[in-house]
Amino acid sequence: MRFAVSLLSVLGVASVIGTVLKQNEPYENYIVKFGQFWFAMFEYLGLYDVYHSVWFLVILLFLVISTSLCIYRNTPAMLKEWRTFKDHATEKSLRAFSHQATFNLTADYAATKQNLLHFLNAKGFKYKIKAQEDGSELIAAKAGTHQRWGYIFTHVAMVVILFGGLLDGNLPFKVQEMLGYKRIETLDLPVSKVPPESRMSVSNPSFRGNMTLSEGATHNVAFLRVRDGYLVQELPFAVGLKDFRIEHYATGQPKSFESDLVIFDPELKEPITKTISVNHPLTYKGIAIYQSDFQDGGTGLKFNVWDLFSPSDKSRELTGAIFDEGTLGEGDDLLRVEYNDFRKFNIINMSPDGKGKPHNVGPNVTYKLRDSRGQAIEYVTYMQPMQIDGKFYFLSGMRETVQEDFRYLRIPADEDLSINGFMGFRAVMLDQSKYQEVAKRIAKKSLGVSDNPEVKKQFELSLVRLLTIFAQGGYSEVAKVIEQSVPEKEREASATTYIKMVNIAAYEAYNMGLELSNKPLLKNTPETEALMRDSLNAFSDMFFYGAPYYLQLNQFEHKEASGLQLTKSPGQKWVYLGSVILVLGIFSMMYIRERRIWLYLKPSANEVHFAMASNRKNLDFEKEFSLYREQLAGIVS
Amino acid sequence: MNNTLNYQQKTLLQRLNWQDWLYALIVLAGSIFAFIKYAHYMDAYEVTFLFGAALLFSYLGWQWKSLGKLVIGVGVISLASIALYQGDQTRATEVFFLKFLISSQSAIMWMNVLFVLAMVTYWFALYKRSAFSANVASALTWVAVLFGFVGLMVRWYESYLIGVDVGHIPVSNLYEVFVLFCLITALLYLHYEQKLNTKQLGGFVLLVINAAVGFILWYTFDREAHNIQPLVPALQSYWMKIHVPANFVGYGAFSLAAMVALAYLLSSKGVLTSRLPSLEVLDDLMYKSIAVGFAFFTIATILGAMWAAEAWGGYWSWDPKETWALIVWLNYAAWLHLRMVKGLRGPLLAWWSLIGLIITTFAFLGVNMFLSGLHSYGTL
Repeated sequence: MRFAVSLLSVLGVASVIGTVLKQNEPYENYIVKFGQFWFAMFEYLGLYDVYHSVWFLVILLFLVISTSLCIYRNTPAMLKEWRTFKDHATEKSLRAFSHQATFNLTADYAATKQNLLHFLNAKGFKYKIKAQEDGSELIAAKAGTHQRWGYIFTHVAMVVILFGGLLDGNLPFKVQEMLGYKRIETLDLPVSKVPPESRMSVSNPSFRGNMTLSEGATHNVAFLRVRDGYLVQELPFAVGLKDFRIEHYATGQPKSFESDLVIFDPELKEPITKTISVNHPLTYKGIAIYQSDFQDGGTGLKFNVWDLFSPSDKSRELTGAIFDEGTLGEGDDLLRVEYNDFRKFNIINMSPDGKGKPHNVGPNVTYKLRDSRGQAIEYVTYMQPMQIDGKFYFLSGMRETVQEDFRYLRIPADEDLSINGFMGFRAVMLDQSKYQEVAKRIAKKSLGVSDNPEVKKQFELSLVRLLTIFAQGGYSEVAKVIEQSVPEKEREASATTYIKMVNIAAYEAYNMGLELSNKPLLKNTPETEALMRDSLNAFSDMFFYGAPYYLQLNQFEHKEASGLQLTKSPGQKWVYLGSVILVLGIFSMMYIRERRIWLYLKPSANEVHFAMASNRKNLDFEKEFSLYREQLAGIVS
Repeated sequence: MNNTLNYQQKTLLQRLNWQDWLYALIVLAGSIFAFIKYAHYMDAYEVTFLFGAALLFSYLGWQWKSLGKLVIGVGVISLASIALYQGDQTRATEVFFLKFLISSQSAIMWMNVLFVLAMVTYWFALYKRSAFSANVASALTWVAVLFGFVGLMVRWYESYLIGVDVGHIPVSNLYEVFVLFCLITALLYLHYEQKLNTKQLGGFVLLVINAAVGFILWYTFDREAHNIQPLVPALQSYWMKIHVPANFVGYGAFSLAAMVALAYLLSSKGVLTSRLPSLEVLDDLMYKSIAVGFAFFTIATILGAMWAAEAWGGYWSWDPKETWALIVWLNYAAWLHLRMVKGLRGPLLAWWSLIGLIITTFAFLGVNMFLSGLHSYGTL
């Protein structure tokens, strides 16, 4: 038993490690976290998949053996205790009990004996009468000895549960791997290229694998993740996905994930069609198919591409699909576009304090732009403008590494909630040929400037210069110029002036952009001022966006893929059986109280001797003993 | 013959009086009403559960009369509250009785307040050795439990007012289960209080309940967690209705045991010894409580495994929650083993059960806060 308890303690500690150290992560993450030395050390100890490591399984195996031995050794004694009345007790041994009493027998012997037996019956005791040599009689009674079954049941239950668990572990693979017959595959290969030693046959008794099915696709293998690689599990049938659906609540949260599956099996006359959902799996040929997750299945995409740094307000089209690639630009500036993910619904909490209700902000697309040197920047761009503080913006985030958070470019939407307003403004701001016109318009409106041709010329000149600087790098470029050419004391004042001038110029530029596309012009309102601030910020941030292209998602043809989990688990029924036995055992162990009563009737001394015992002494027993002593005294005398 | 009658125990049915039968009749009438009105929404399981519940609550009410009164009280007040709603959720903040007394939010707030008052009164009674104050404290706890259950019942109804597809039993997030935890712990305590006459312990047990109350208040005011949220797909299962309450009987009982252990340790060190029940009683109560907790925790874990087999694709995935449930289970299994097989008694077991509460709390809350896994339904 000590051995078993020590094993259980080790098991407990190992389990804690398994919860603290995140299991089954990609191995690179561990290397980054622990460094090469500790990574190798932990890998050797199997800490990245504690529960399937050899030593963990060995402990489980020992636990099974040790508990079985325990049952084998103790069961006969337990059964004996369960059956026996312990009618070998002598008067002397009874007097040595801690709970005992002697009553004077005053009533009629035979009647008293009858009453005593009646008493035992009423209290639920079973008894056996044994005549003694001196004419005395011993009544040995017992109640609640079924408690002994509790011990047997709980221990048997542990063995049954562990046995079931071992059946469902990957022991067969472990053994074959140790013998060199099987090995995990770590390369990303097409299924047909995976070598036979990394394939598990249909006869594999237990597994838990994954399958990703695009709508319309059919597969007959699942992937088993093992450490930093995988195995291919062949299935005795093929699974096809007709349709995958996500339903939503009115609030936008997901309500259900459903897959319409078709099972193809040569043994079947007709394929089986069944819809599975979370909590409602389908079981066929002992293999349960679960709805586990979902992802994109190759959604078709259509973009408007804007050249951010070209003075043109026109965009061009670009088409692609998730998991595909495309190109932008040419020559040395060629960028490869890798379309990574598309999400139709994005439930985000947009309220500034985080307390408001999350809601759906519409589709987004994630893609990478990779240059000729292989450097990539990841982008996530939302299709529709999002409302932030009452105003609408197009959001596109970028980051250089996965560890970083996305940094967002916020482009203000125009009156029609489109991006065209900003793009027209941007085109004017980048078009040097238009600066003179902008400056002229401002000068015309400014009091005191339009009167004096010299002042006017000077004014226009400085405005054109400012716009030229601004077009080269936004606010930060302006700040750089101020730092170089303005004495420190006057910097703040000139910065304020410049910002004011840029804002005024932006207003004109924006309107010129609108004019060019025959849109109604902006009026000078506080909203317009805010729009100018946002547009100028977006223009300035453009220089930090990392790519000269803005991909505005225009249309999509949604195609989803359902993530299925396939489980074959022959141990499950054993585990359930063990669980039932365990519950029975625990209840009988704790809620059946074993008690024994001996009544030694000694007519020669006119005495009745009463003794009581329990294998568990507690308050209930003390109370019961006092009560019985009192009641028995009443019967006997 | 007189003697034989003295010890003859009456069976349960013989002991029942007309109030007991009336109680059972009301419970049965309620379930028949529900059956007539809602039978067409129910499948065979649910009909069985409905009448099974009527039987169960009759039995429980017969065994423990106070519980019967509570059941009737919760039923009457909940129905009154529901009637006042008139199928319109906005009335919760408009109608006087709902707004200040028995809308789900107000009832739960009353529960919070009453638990705090009850704790103060229990401690006052302990300090003054006042039997009257102790009775008042006990009554306050009962009323708190009454309000708490009304709050949950009405919340259940309210969730259906938000949307028919949103409606669900209020045991689906941390806010709801904390209320449940308070109620179950209090009920378990009240049961033993009546049985063993241990009103001196109320102050101790209410410490842990009021810790939960503190959490509920913070969670309500800071995080607005009291808003009813629809269920994520994984939680849309019948298993939730039994897995969660069974687990909380376990958590509640373990917490109760830990608080009794605290009283035991203080008393054995000479603190409050004269005011507290004897060490034997405390020890016995601690054992009984852990035994109940262990039995329910076992069942809850098994139910959890069966649910996991349906929802996650395997009865055991070594998910952090599962693993910590196993650790909690092993911990109390060892505790019971030492006590029952080795006959161990005394302060060691009390310390152990106190530390057990830390492990249990980690399994309940810590896992949600620090470890991520499949069981991320109540995140902080």
